[in-house]
Amino acid sequence: MNSKDYMAEARGDAAKRADKTPQQAKAPAAKPQTPPAAPKAPDKAPDYRLIGRPTRRVDGREIVTGRARFTQDVKLRGMLVGKVLRSPYAAAEVAAVDLAPALALPGVKAALKLAEGKVRYAGQQVAAVAAVDERTAEKALGLVKVDYRPLPYVVDPDRARDAAAPQVRDGRPNVERINEYARGDVEKGLAEADVVVEGTYRTGIEIHHPTEPHGSVVAWEGEHVVAYDSTQNIHGVRDGLARALKVPAANVTVVKDYMGGGFGSKLGLNEQTVVAANLARMSGRPVKVMNTRQENAVCVGYRPSSRQTYKVGARKDGTLVAFQLTNLACGGLGPGDDVAEPVVDVYRCENVKVFEETVFTNTGASRAMRAPGHTQGAFGLEGVMDELAAALDMDPLELRRRNYTTKNLGGTGLPYSSKGLDRCYEAGAKAIGWERRNRRPGEGAADGPRRRGLGVATSIWFGAGVPGTLADIVLYPDGSVEVVCGTQDIGTGTRTHMAVVAAETLGLEPKDITVKLGNSDYPWAPLSGGSLTTPSVAPAVRDAALKALRRLEALAAARLKVEAADVAMGERKFASKSDPAKSVAFADVYRDLRRESVFHGERGGMPDGYAYNTFGAHFAEVEVDVETGAVRVLRYVAAQDSGQVINRLTAESQVVGGVTQGLSAGLFEERVMDDATGNPVNANLRDYKIATSLDVPEITPVFVDVVDPVINNLGTKGLGEPARVPASAAVANAVYNAIGVHVREIPMTPPRVLEALRRKESGS
Amino acid sequence: MDKKARKSASGGVSRRDFIKGVGGGALGTAVLAPLRGQAIATKKGRVPVYERKTVTMTVNGKETTLSVEANETLLDALRDRLDLTGAKKVCDRGECGGCTVLLDGAPVYACMTLAVRADGKSVGTVEGLAEGGKLHPVQEAFVEEDGYQCGFCTPGFVVTTSAFLERNPAPSLDEIKQALSGNLCRCGNYAKIYGAVASAAKKMKGA
Repeated sequence: MNSKDYMAEARGDAAKRADKTPQQAKAPAAKPQTPPAAPKAPDKAPDYRLIGRPTRRVDGREIVTGRARFTQDVKLRGMLVGKVLRSPYAAAEVAAVDLAPALALPGVKAALKLAEGKVRYAGQQVAAVAAVDERTAEKALGLVKVDYRPLPYVVDPDRARDAAAPQVRDGRPNVERINEYARGDVEKGLAEADVVVEGTYRTGIEIHHPTEPHGSVVAWEGEHVVAYDSTQNIHGVRDGLARALKVPAANVTVVKDYMGGGFGSKLGLNEQTVVAANLARMSGRPVKVMNTRQENAVCVGYRPSSRQTYKVGARKDGTLVAFQLTNLACGGLGPGDDVAEPVVDVYRCENVKVFEETVFTNTGASRAMRAPGHTQGAFGLEGVMDELAAALDMDPLELRRRNYTTKNLGGTGLPYSSKGLDRCYEAGAKAIGWERRNRRPGEGAADGPRRRGLGVATSIWFGAGVPGTLADIVLYPDGSVEVVCGTQDIGTGTRTHMAVVAAETLGLEPKDITVKLGNSDYPWAPLSGGSLTTPSVAPAVRDAALKALRRLEALAAARLKVEAADVAMGERKFASKSDPAKSVAFADVYRDLRRESVFHGERGGMPDGYAYNTFGAHFAEVEVDVETGAVRVLRYVAAQDSGQVINRLTAESQVVGGVTQGLSAGLFEERVMDDATGNPVNANLRDYKIATSLDVPEITPVFVDVVDPVINNLGTKGLGEPARVPASAAVANAVYNAIGVHVREIPMTPPRVLEALRRKESGS
Repeated sequence: MDKKARKSASGGVSRRDFIKGVGGGALGTAVLAPLRGQAIATKKGRVPVYERKTVTMTVNGKETTLSVEANETLLDALRDRLDLTGAKKVCDRGECGGCTVLLDGAPVYACMTLAVRADGKSVGTVEGLAEGGKLHPVQEAFVEEDGYQCGFCTPGFVVTTSAFLERNPAPSLDEIKQALSGNLCRCGNYAKIYGAVASAAKKMKGA
């Protein structure tokens, strides 16, 4: 799924309050007739028994014993192994594909031609085979004869902009506009500014590299298709696969028990799922297709690069008066990310102008990656904010607070349903010891070649969840309880939070609840991305459980011969409120259910007139060696406003993971293309650097527990992406505070740090 | 011939490609066919050339006899022949530790170990850590501290940690980081895993 479609999902029903559609971009955003006041969030989180506290995962035992079944582990009777042949050329005409030699190899059961006409990137699928085992399939791939006529290609974004560059897409230019936005008058704002700061910030191409490669096992059972898929979106894959195979969606079931990471790269229907389904149809046997690590580096997406140029104007007291952003993104064969959301929303500013373009190249299309556009945008915006703070001789945190707003579109739009960013600033600054920062960038005491610094960065993201999400609670007469939802646990702990919400509501313990998810035959839930799983699923489970509770209370009332309203739930019993001596045990009440009883829950809607967002403030402390350019992160505090936390233990993991990925992208990760061959030079996990335990410090998550008063029945918001958004930016700003020059490009590799230091010395 | 010269003498084919290629693809046909049934000289004397071999190993305490291909990795043998799918195939070239198993008690990357190398040895996988339904203290600690997210790399981390704590029962944080540095967690949960390892160390000392 590309970022544009993904963002539409992430915004949920935000289409109604869309703040930057092209039509609206020209005119100022329509203001509500009578803007509602921001609702008041309760001062204190409700006192739940389980919700908001740490709960161990209900499936922890499966995970640590190796019994958890991932797609890679699925083995069906008679299953074949499929492999895909990929183009070594970045652009070529596929004149002919001869499958016959491969089909002649003993053990090969089916073969498929996948490319017609042109291939446009190195790694594009050309043919596929299915054989009795992996070795035979690999051997067969080598026997497929392909007649390629290589064509000119371009993989370098700068070269692709030349008028003389090969056209990546036939008949369409290599550069396209992806976003334009304006409010107020930027020229006037800049003219009135006391200080104007400019800077260009670059972010590299970051590959998702989930540990479990993309893959699928597909079996036909008569007219019915069952796909075991490594996906973040079982319902989406169900619908897409049905279309691709031209079968009714009702005849397709997608199953995902466990998945080894996705980070946005597994949101849509993947080519290999269709390949497995077609090979299975041809051979009459189940087929498994798992990508190799190298395939995962080239054909299942990455985060697009960006080159953002900011011009910001402020008054002497720090009041922002103008923001201008131009961005050039690159997402290969797909459009790059629009990175403007942070600059449009986060800080109070009346005059904003944005212009963004993308450049197309002969590399695989990018895909949404954990907080698409926002991680890049936060790096640029937060960088220029810190450089502005230095120009104003002001504390960067103070500059952010001075331009705080409780309405979106920089104070010109709708009030936020809740916003705890101020509390994040306060709690985070306290936890890291913000007063220890260098008062001016680079002015700290030197310890030999080592300089220390502290940095802060802000995040905004969506995470309201999707109205209409469904979940069922099933009560059985023997007292067992099941919660069912067609969502998927992508490693965030969805199984556990469903159990927590059901158990909280029904007076049970999480281990008492049987959780069923990961099957597209279950009640509908959205894709797991956009930080919308918890705020979609938890409220639906809550709704179903409350309905189940009402039923149990009615049964208890009948037993106790009191009014249902007089019944209160206690320690595994129901009792009369007016006469607590009257009570009946859970087991007896359940027994009165004559058969299993299903209670349907739904995540309700949200009132119009508010902006629904999540926030966070991250603080990093780093040490930079000015002789080698090496950066080490020493401490990290991540303060998050994601509303009511459901499970503190797994929430902490989300934050730790988001920070680590941001640190990794900020310091190490970058796909490098070879212009001479059109192939990446680091399509593996050795040369593509991912942070290891040696690089990651202790990370302190802080939750400010601002329960959203209107967003849903639990006041909960998403967390996965908010935890990732500002992490590279916070590390970069800490490096700036340490060495007195902003590196302005991630990853901040040692050569780039040294280059920045040279820039500082030469005063340019 | 010194080590370096010998490496370059293989003509640009890495040792890994070579061992996987023999008996498999084009290289196998080219190199192996003329040698089949013969013996070749090695540092340890003359050894016969074979395509398949029957090996006997003790897997999670149970003696197991298997016919494996000469170039088959221990990871493929465990996953495909023995249905022990706890060890995961993440990179299949020794870059991530997701397939870590114990070979005579020492952690190895199963994707970089030929199945024939396990002949006569004991192999321990994540499936063998829990005893009689009781989790190993390392497993308990990973559950308690949420030392995982998606769980795909977890078997590797758990096996690595169990071997590490046998060797170093009271590690410092730096030693923990060092010990885990051969295992990649893409969800990025290292900072939680440190706590799990420290907690496991305490449990094992108390045990």
